[in-house]
Amino acid sequence: MITKRIIPCLDVKNGRVVKGVNFEGLNDVSSPIELASYYSANGADELVFYDITASCEERKLFTDILTKVAQNVFIPLTVGGGINTLEDFDRVLKCGADKVSVNTGAIKNPNLMYEAAKRYGSQCVVLSADIKRVDGEFRVFSAGGRYDTGKEAISWIKQGVELGAGEIVVNSIDTDGVKNGFDIELLKLVCEVVKVPVIASGGAGKVSHFIDLFKEIPDIDAGLAASVFHFGEIKISELKRELSQNGIKVRI
Amino acid sequence: MIAIVDYGVGNLFSVVSSLKYIGVDAIVTSDEDTIRKCDKIILPGVGAFEDAIAKLRATGLDRVIIDEAKKGKKIMGICLGMQMLFEKSYEFGEHTGLGLLKGEVVGMNGVINSELKIPHIGYNALIFKKESPLLKYIKNGDFVYFVHSYFASNCEESLIASCEYDKELPAIVGKDNVMGCQFHPEKSGEVGLNILRAFCEME
Repeated sequence: MITKRIIPCLDVKNGRVVKGVNFEGLNDVSSPIELASYYSANGADELVFYDITASCEERKLFTDILTKVAQNVFIPLTVGGGINTLEDFDRVLKCGADKVSVNTGAIKNPNLMYEAAKRYGSQCVVLSADIKRVDGEFRVFSAGGRYDTGKEAISWIKQGVELGAGEIVVNSIDTDGVKNGFDIELLKLVCEVVKVPVIASGGAGKVSHFIDLFKEIPDIDAGLAASVFHFGEIKISELKRELSQNGIKVRI
Repeated sequence: MIAIVDYGVGNLFSVVSSLKYIGVDAIVTSDEDTIRKCDKIILPGVGAFEDAIAKLRATGLDRVIIDEAKKGKKIMGICLGMQMLFEKSYEFGEHTGLGLLKGEVVGMNGVINSELKIPHIGYNALIFKKESPLLKYIKNGDFVYFVHSYFASNCEESLIASCEYDKELPAIVGKDNVMGCQFHPEKSGEVGLNILRAFCEME
């Protein structure tokens, strides 16, 4: 059977990896090229590379950095941030991305997912959704978690899959940066409605949070985190050993 | 020198990067003479079978690959590139493949347990079935990265390794000089690089 995937996420701003708490107060962490090769060689199953400010400032990814990252990464690489058109897909795929993640660009133009899936295949199109509880419902936020779109999250994700998204990253703004565990309630709801792989994001603080995630939601495919990996608070090799000891199948 | 066949399908960046990383000289080419002069051929591919085989035929490279294979040149197909080595595919209709390996490509839908997700995406363990020089640097149970909804069937003759996804699905195939991986060795970490290394070192 396929294994559960562990995915470090590299949020990149001005060519450096940063990670904030609830998307505010960014700290410079390290070089994306160094971090990516380190992860690729040390047990990460996949990498996600986001230009976190591209959506609001309309800034393009630094494609030279992406190219250097991709040349040294021999695991799947997902790239997002500022993806608004098919040309944006083309640009990052040519720099070595395997999958392209859409967020604000898909909110502005949902048909982007359909057009991209038709051209590159669904396996290439990842819908990333930043979700927060507002007035008792799950709402989709755009522009790196800044604006409430008013869209209900579960129906938005269903629509994304119908349009051709082949994978979903569910990022809970409520749990992001808090290090108190993944948003099990939200993730369960998403897994109940879609059959494509679902990646959990936001809230990992310790190893047991990943064990809880995979035990409580057997349909979850992957757990994504950033700062706990970048700062060495969780070592991927140790995480995988503990997951395996808890009966969760991982690539070791 | 290894020829990576460029027929306008898919992204060759990772295949090129991985060969460069293991220190192998490779050239991305759609030129017949260059392909004929190279020692080995890698046939990549993602997307739909019909579109890919049509593009390969439109460039005339199908004849070149078949010719070189018959002369004994070592060829490795990756993912859809592997599927094209077989006789036919039933992906959206019925399409003729290169016919270098016996068998056909069929869909998972309706064949595997409906509880499982299709495409089969992620890392799965290799189950060795037969000795092969391709397995020189890897071991039974090693993980490789798959992304596919169709698989080779009736290919016992060339089956080298499989993986379990409800049923056993062919993962590595090969007969004499014609080989293929259903997964992406260029995206399977050290294990994948070691499979490419073994292919490149073959005499």
